[in-house]
Amino acid sequence: MDQLLLILLNGLVYGLLLFMLSSGLTLIVGMMGVLNFAHASFYMLGAYVAFSISTLMNFWVALIVAPLVVGALGALVEQYGLRAVHKHGHLAELLFTFGLAMIIGEVIQLIWGRWPVAYRVPESLDFPLFSIGGTAYPAYRMFMMGVSLFMFVVLYATLARTRLGLVVRAALTHPDMVAMLGHNVPRVFTMVFAGGCALAGLAGVIAGNAYQTDPGMALALGAIVFAVVVMGGLGSISGALIASLIIGLVQTVSIGLDMKLSTALGRIGLHVDGITALSDVWDISINRAAPVVPFLLLVIILAINPRGLAGSRSS
Amino acid sequence: MSAAMLSVRGLDAWYGKSQVLRGVDLDVAPGEIVALLGRNGAGRSTTLKAIMGAVQRSGQVHFAGRDISAALPHDIARAGIGYVAEDRAIFPDLTTYQNLILGEKRGPGGSFTLDDAYALFPRLRERAGAPAGALSGGEQQMLTICRTLMGNPSLVMIDEPTEGLAPMMVQAVRDLLERVAARGTTILLVEQKLAIALAISRRVYVMGRGRVVFEGTPADLAADGATRREWLEV
Repeated sequence: MDQLLLILLNGLVYGLLLFMLSSGLTLIVGMMGVLNFAHASFYMLGAYVAFSISTLMNFWVALIVAPLVVGALGALVEQYGLRAVHKHGHLAELLFTFGLAMIIGEVIQLIWGRWPVAYRVPESLDFPLFSIGGTAYPAYRMFMMGVSLFMFVVLYATLARTRLGLVVRAALTHPDMVAMLGHNVPRVFTMVFAGGCALAGLAGVIAGNAYQTDPGMALALGAIVFAVVVMGGLGSISGALIASLIIGLVQTVSIGLDMKLSTALGRIGLHVDGITALSDVWDISINRAAPVVPFLLLVIILAINPRGLAGSRSS
Repeated sequence: MSAAMLSVRGLDAWYGKSQVLRGVDLDVAPGEIVALLGRNGAGRSTTLKAIMGAVQRSGQVHFAGRDISAALPHDIARAGIGYVAEDRAIFPDLTTYQNLILGEKRGPGGSFTLDDAYALFPRLRERAGAPAGALSGGEQQMLTICRTLMGNPSLVMIDEPTEGLAPMMVQAVRDLLERVAARGTTILLVEQKLAIALAISRRVYVMGRGRVVFEGTPADLAADGATRREWLEV
């Protein structure tokens, strides 16, 4: 039971982290129609910039400055890159963000090297907060959860309570009409892109030291974030939240389950040992199959509803 | 036509590689109601979109003394042209009230407020808190027109406002247009129902195959059987 509680807590922290990436990406995809392959690269950049800043100064400066740096970079990318490419259509935009992801990855390796950097949890937060069934729970994980929840509230309040939020939500369905009502939609695009990048950067700042900061971190998380966004429904913040939490929990639970699939199914009353043709499948232990789980879930949900959990548009 | 509020010269427009407008010329004077007539595919809707800068275009468009030939849609809207799209383009997840205030801005056309919108169409006040997607087709049409009026345009371009509406709503839309015109707002109207278009407009243009093929008063058009047969009647 205690074990389960630990796994659930970790799953929640991971799910909220996924949401910090997927919320920005889903707005960018939903509003601008740009499938931004480089989104997770901004997450990685956030972690590396935070590492450098916290080495030069300290973590708390990095927590504020790194997301701003990444957001500003996002604004430049949108204004001088994407906007120029936009008139050549979606394929060109796709290739642009794909190339951008590779460039960011290479530049990071040029500056910080190929190996993981020693980006560590700040000492002031490096202590066990409480213990569950004899296992100490790190305070930093709770801090991550706090930051994620805070950003969720800020994002929600911005979208639900401000005029800018209203414009963004309207532009999710009819960006052309929003412009023809007199709103500067290109500028709103830049702000949304920059804001999404800053959120991804912030996720990198708080996750890079809890997990690991290395040149592969964008690739590892990027595919999962895409699964989250598609599963939640393009352009849907609430869909992204639900999908983030589901995938975060399911993946953490499956990593924590060190048992064979047949044993797990047996626990819930399904005895499959008789189906010998699939015996290789039943012998897979669940934690080894964990990386596949988000995508398996995605396929199932898309098979049921191609628009995802809460998507209003299918294109 | 030096007194024209909107002056369009040699307007071409494209969807991708296919050219839809070929050298459209038209003028709208302040306070007029002008109708753009023609069959489906004649280029009427595209003319409005091209004036708004929402499609790829070339040619000269002047509005209120300003060259807006290369302006972006939001700048054209801010210059004082309001546009009501054929597909209505309401924001379905937002409430009626939120749809209306998204249109709110200062403009040359006076000071049309939320209260004015509710006075013109009380049903909008009753449904203020409901998602716009839940409104009936007629209510949505009223909403889009009022949303555009909230931007205080001096010229409103309205695309097929009565399409698909029940006869009672058609009458309501017609009343609304006449009240808008009575406020001194200029209207450029694309309308399929000839009877309405001819009854409320001062001048009409007939379009065919991306060109203007007739220009005159409703009486001129009534007298010109050949034009009606070739370009309007099915």
